[in-house]
Amino acid sequence: MAIVAEFLIAALILVGAFFLLVGSFALAKLPDMMRRLHGPTKSTTLGIGSILIASMIFAVAVRGSLSLHELLITLFIFLTAPVTAFMISKAHILRDKRERANLPPTGTTNGWATLDAPTPTEEPARAESR
Amino acid sequence: MRKIVPHPILTLFITFVWLLLANDVSAGHIVLGLALGILIPLLTSAYWPDRPRIRAPLAIVEYGLVVLWDIIVSNVMVARLVLFRRGDSLKSTFVTVPLDITSPEAITALAGTITMTPGTVSCDLSADGRALLVHCLNSDDPAADVAQIKTRYEARLKRIFG
Repeated sequence: MAIVAEFLIAALILVGAFFLLVGSFALAKLPDMMRRLHGPTKSTTLGIGSILIASMIFAVAVRGSLSLHELLITLFIFLTAPVTAFMISKAHILRDKRERANLPPTGTTNGWATLDAPTPTEEPARAESR
Repeated sequence: MRKIVPHPILTLFITFVWLLLANDVSAGHIVLGLALGILIPLLTSAYWPDRPRIRAPLAIVEYGLVVLWDIIVSNVMVARLVLFRRGDSLKSTFVTVPLDITSPEAITALAGTITMTPGTVSCDLSADGRALLVHCLNSDDPAADVAQIKTRYEARLKRIFG
């Protein structure tokens, strides 16, 4: 049993390390800012995820105690990673003139929130739909 | 009651997170957790005036499983793109996802999901909150990607938040 757990933990750590490495590698390799953002938001979630699962299995199988901190770490990563990516891309859109020219139209009467203030007529429609 | 506990679910959730952080379920920690669970929503209620309405709580579980599966798939997909393709040969593009959902909580959940799943990062919201700007890492058919986001995630969120 202990040997199975050890193999499982080792495999999970290796998988985790691989995906973390790929995520960091993507950050260095991809050619522009927006593409680079894809590396750290995705590959690292699975990487950290499997290392945390390994840590939980280690706590249960080897130390014989239940550890739930890993679940919290997962939760916080899931909450913070998208917000960080969102803020970075907003800052990028605001500062990069060339990227701004590439943006597709919103399909509504308003522009993108980073660049345009909402037109006041739209506000009541939004309030009433809630 | 609404004055003291503006977000009852948030109160329970903060208490639960506190117990997990302490890794100890004892009366002292439950009281401390509850105190935090009541104080934090009170102090932040100015920034979150409305209470989210959740119509189908069980659908959240299904949504979570779908997203978890997609995260695993997307990690492998992105890893393959990064390792075996030259960076500038990736057909990256911005797409606009028109939104049917209107509640801020639902839109936040959708934007977060898009960032965590296959080759897409949500970048901006239109000023009226009716469209989401999404960047695809490698897209042969942007329209199909938009349709997938709408049917796979938005439809489920619409069921959850009503």
